[in-house]
Amino acid sequence: MKYYDKLIFELSKPGRKGYSLPAGKWTATLSSIPENLLRSEPAPLPEVSEPDVVRHYTNLSGMNFGVDNGFYPLGSCTMKYNPKINEEAASLQGFASVHPLQPESTVQGCLQVYHELEKALSAVTGMAAFTFNPFAGAHGELTGLMVMRRYHLDRNDLKRTKVIVPDSAHGTNPASAAVCGLQVVQVKSTPEGLIDVEDLKSRLDDTVAGIMMTNPNTLGLFETEIREIAELVHGCGGLLYYDGANMNPLLGKVRPGDMGFDIMHLNLHKTFSTPHGGGGPGAGPVGVSERLAEYLPDPKVTADADGVYHISRSSHAAGRVSGFMGNFSVLVKALAYIWTLGRENIRMAGPLSVLNANYIKESLKDVYRLPVDRVCKHEFVFDGLADTSTGITALDVAKRLLDYGFHAPTIYFPLLFHQSIMIEPTETESKETLDDFIAVMSKIAEEAASDPEILKSAPHNTPVRRPDETLAATKPVLAFNG
Amino acid sequence: MAKIEEGLYYSETHEWVKPEGGEALVGITDYAQHALGNIVYVDMPEEGDEMTKDEEFGAVESVKAASDLVAPVSGEVVGCNAALEDGPGLLNSDPYGNWIVRVKLSDASELDTLMDAAAYAEFCEKL
Repeated sequence: MKYYDKLIFELSKPGRKGYSLPAGKWTATLSSIPENLLRSEPAPLPEVSEPDVVRHYTNLSGMNFGVDNGFYPLGSCTMKYNPKINEEAASLQGFASVHPLQPESTVQGCLQVYHELEKALSAVTGMAAFTFNPFAGAHGELTGLMVMRRYHLDRNDLKRTKVIVPDSAHGTNPASAAVCGLQVVQVKSTPEGLIDVEDLKSRLDDTVAGIMMTNPNTLGLFETEIREIAELVHGCGGLLYYDGANMNPLLGKVRPGDMGFDIMHLNLHKTFSTPHGGGGPGAGPVGVSERLAEYLPDPKVTADADGVYHISRSSHAAGRVSGFMGNFSVLVKALAYIWTLGRENIRMAGPLSVLNANYIKESLKDVYRLPVDRVCKHEFVFDGLADTSTGITALDVAKRLLDYGFHAPTIYFPLLFHQSIMIEPTETESKETLDDFIAVMSKIAEEAASDPEILKSAPHNTPVRRPDETLAATKPVLAFNG
Repeated sequence: MAKIEEGLYYSETHEWVKPEGGEALVGITDYAQHALGNIVYVDMPEEGDEMTKDEEFGAVESVKAASDLVAPVSGEVVGCNAALEDGPGLLNSDPYGNWIVRVKLSDASELDTLMDAAAYAEFCEKL
């Protein structure tokens, strides 16, 4: 890898350019713009040639690490491989060149994508209807909670302001509830890492709007009491929200609708293989049961009896959450993924991701502390090294992994343990890759005893060494000071 | 091993209380600062705010996590430690020397519900 850390502004040379505009064509436009809207001095744009730009970004991209570079076991983020056929589908002219304000009749194929994807996602989740408008998972959570609130308000049930969230929840759950103006009530986990049903019972009354759960939870454990939890929450008049971030192990096997959930979101950029992280925008479609369908936000694609698609609205809709209808190209990629795999193969994703996670867990549990020693689903959590005498932290282990060419797992989450290391391998990794990772993790555990200093000062082989995180958090430099 | 100071009252959520007449100083314990890691921000209430025992009255943010401050006692906030605004790390370097809020106790008997140093040491031992 070539070390490269320039800013495009550093390449700038006055007068250099990589374009030519037709002469004399633009002056009229300038004079027609009101004086107060014109800049008083030219914008400080970089002046560069086309090869400058191409080399700059190509070299910068070489400093990146993604699923196309190597293993990326980031817990709760499902960094699965992004099949290239998805990109091919999304690049088709009929999809890539449309404008969101085109008349319905000219974008029937695009509207059909919404319709087909709604059918497919409803089939794998047991929900009745989906909105594709939210741009990401947390946006989906907020949308789902808006639906939940709207449902209660529409029945004139005004007391329901509390949302129950387990202490193992993704941080976005309480954050979304707070943004939606609801009060967060925490429910404890048992020593086995599952929701404490007795603690839950003590919190249920007629002020509860609903509960937010992820199943399997963030410890990678399936909440086996889900049926009882659903009965209890429904019994007090509340709704169940399913955080779909951990949907991968259940794909095609277990449906949130069958577990009793009323509302859920899916992260297409996790479970349905669309790019994620720095690689592309996300999509957080929200699915609901039949009785909540009318509350989904506007606008929505519907099909009439003649098979013509329309963009329609509902008078009960819980507001509007995006300008048009979400990140369309992401939806095309997710549909391409579903149709490429088909009904049978999609059922293999979950079991293979579960097998891979358990393989790593069992191979490393002698050298890393496993707080809940059970069969996990797609991910699991270590609580630091088994040998706690070395003083080596989860952060040191994560930094050292970078030296060996792996992306670090999620660390210090969930908050149930002090040294959480959350590992999610996903189904697309081969046994060879998993074995390499296991060997490196074992080697790091040995280094912790034999040469702790090399861990404390890691990473050694990356372009950026260990930043001062305290300084970065207290005195961040947020703008280019060229 | 986390340091525990004699003569203070302790809560299960790792706040300490030091009574001074009808008022009390409240801070976080050495165990808490150690678990949080480098603290980068302290979100404090304002003077005059009421805090209620067992309810959140602020938050401490570290490079690892943000954690609520849970009131070990009830009362009116009569002072906030301004030094923490520019120096949140003081809670790491000297957690017992740097209080977060000064409270006018509304019910001094609440102190009896808290742990003494020995009981808190035993509590931390089990975590």
